[in-house]
Amino acid sequence: MVTKQVIHGIYDDEVPLLEGCKKLRAAGIRIKDVFTPFPIHGIDPIIGVPRTRLAICAFLYGLTGAALATWMMWYMMVTDWPTDIGGKPSFEYFMAVPAFIPITFESTVFCAAHGLALTYLLRCWLVPGAKAKNPDPRTTDDKFMIYLELNDEQSVKAGEILTATGASEVNHKGTITEKEH
Amino acid sequence: MSNLNFTIPSKAKMFTYILMAIGVISIIASFLTDTQPEDAQYHQTRTWANIFIDSFFFMAIGLAAAFFMGLQYAAEAGWATTIKRIIEAVAWYLPYGLCFMLLLFILGQLHVHHIYHWMAEGVADVGSPNYDAGVAAKIGYFGWFWWLRTILYMAGWVFFTWKLRKNSIEADNAIGTDTHHWKNVKLSAWFMVLFAVTSSTSAWDWLMSIDTHWFSTLYGWYMFSGMWVSAIITIIMLIVWLKRLGYLENVTESTVHDMGKWMFAISFLWTYLYFSQFMLIWYADIPEEVIYFQQRWENFKPLMWTVLGINFAFPMILLMSRDAKRNFWFLTIVGTVIFIGHWLDVVMMVMPGTVGHHWTGLSWMEFGIFAGFLGFFINILLRNLASRPLQVKNHPYLDEAIHHTT
Repeated sequence: MVTKQVIHGIYDDEVPLLEGCKKLRAAGIRIKDVFTPFPIHGIDPIIGVPRTRLAICAFLYGLTGAALATWMMWYMMVTDWPTDIGGKPSFEYFMAVPAFIPITFESTVFCAAHGLALTYLLRCWLVPGAKAKNPDPRTTDDKFMIYLELNDEQSVKAGEILTATGASEVNHKGTITEKEH
Repeated sequence: MSNLNFTIPSKAKMFTYILMAIGVISIIASFLTDTQPEDAQYHQTRTWANIFIDSFFFMAIGLAAAFFMGLQYAAEAGWATTIKRIIEAVAWYLPYGLCFMLLLFILGQLHVHHIYHWMAEGVADVGSPNYDAGVAAKIGYFGWFWWLRTILYMAGWVFFTWKLRKNSIEADNAIGTDTHHWKNVKLSAWFMVLFAVTSSTSAWDWLMSIDTHWFSTLYGWYMFSGMWVSAIITIIMLIVWLKRLGYLENVTESTVHDMGKWMFAISFLWTYLYFSQFMLIWYADIPEEVIYFQQRWENFKPLMWTVLGINFAFPMILLMSRDAKRNFWFLTIVGTVIFIGHWLDVVMMVMPGTVGHHWTGLSWMEFGIFAGFLGFFINILLRNLASRPLQVKNHPYLDEAIHHTT
């Protein structure tokens, strides 16, 4: 078991916050999370968030959508009950393929978009009835916060860096214990 | 402060002159060899069609850049402020391109070339050997009315491009004021209205009327999306090249990334419109509409597939990821390929209606004349770039653009 100190570094603006993040990381301190009222572009590499894999999910969902639509239309319009599409031959799928492309496109977009949104919401556990995990409600208004969980030695250093980079408050929020990995 | 005054490298200048020399030699050689004595109607049509294609293609790039410049003002977008001068430089090819077009139109009216079927003598006179009932029925739309529209397009586009550029350079010398910017915002709003109508109608008048009996309302947008993506590519190429020479310090990777997104997105716009036009015609199967694709299917099949394949699949596969859009090599390679792809698209718009069954496949004629016009185009762009500082001053969004991140 390790005991860690919880520190909230509160800033009034995003520019000094980014500066604080850079300094903390340069000092070898791991940033647990950052809470801001609006998304800050380009913050991910600065606070050490690994590259998102949502894009790969989106691609796979899109592929699924295209495959589903193709299979559906092939079964309904060609195999099960060959349908006359504006006088176009329907003996084989490829013969009337221009007519199938809009549906394939729509299905691809539908699956990619819905799959992506659902994955995102589930991964962040933003489900109905989920409790807000925001440690300080002021970060939904006009404050910017760096959230840290550190050992004693690091927390002293982190406090210095936070103050030096212009944090308006450095709040020590007690300790938490977590299992050693 | 980085160096904002661009001087044209002598190598680059030499390169454009070599290209122009290739072009001039190709044009002369084409006129000498492009004869089909057995066909009295031929009149070196292939050479004229080639000159027409390249005149139009590069003029359209200038026009689309002018539109893109106006779009940034009208949308009050800040991100492109650091590359505004480059967009302006590309846009100012427009008057040169329009001169070529005007010259070609006048020569057509004097019956030197036969690109436009409806310009032929006696096409609306019953009894004339050239009489064409289909054209005679709508001759009111051609003739002097066509010329009036043509002059209006040219005058309108050049006026707005000239004025937007003029205000932009005047803002550099103004002290502590952004009135020039707001003038340009208003001006651009009007330009967008004008462009929305004339981009379609000019495409009908200048290109669609080559296939005089055929018509498609989608044609204008299809044309416009092609020229837009070509202009985006031209701008990206200039940015990449200038950055390699050590200019444009303030243009960040994020700005280039955004231009890459434009290239990716407009490629799909083009594919969407190309396919929409094709599918509706394929579905309805009306003889007077199908004729357009029938001509292309019979004499130009490999080229037709190449154009669709390159311009759709290439950017889709290679530019989908974020890293690719930030990689200058990727942007350059994909850009070059689809730039050629969209030029071939214009070839596909013009050749079947002019050369038709005389077509024997792409040859030195197409590429040589293209090289000549490319050389002239680059030469003008370099001169435009050198004539002004590479970055705007006193622009209200300049600081925002320098700190632009995506």
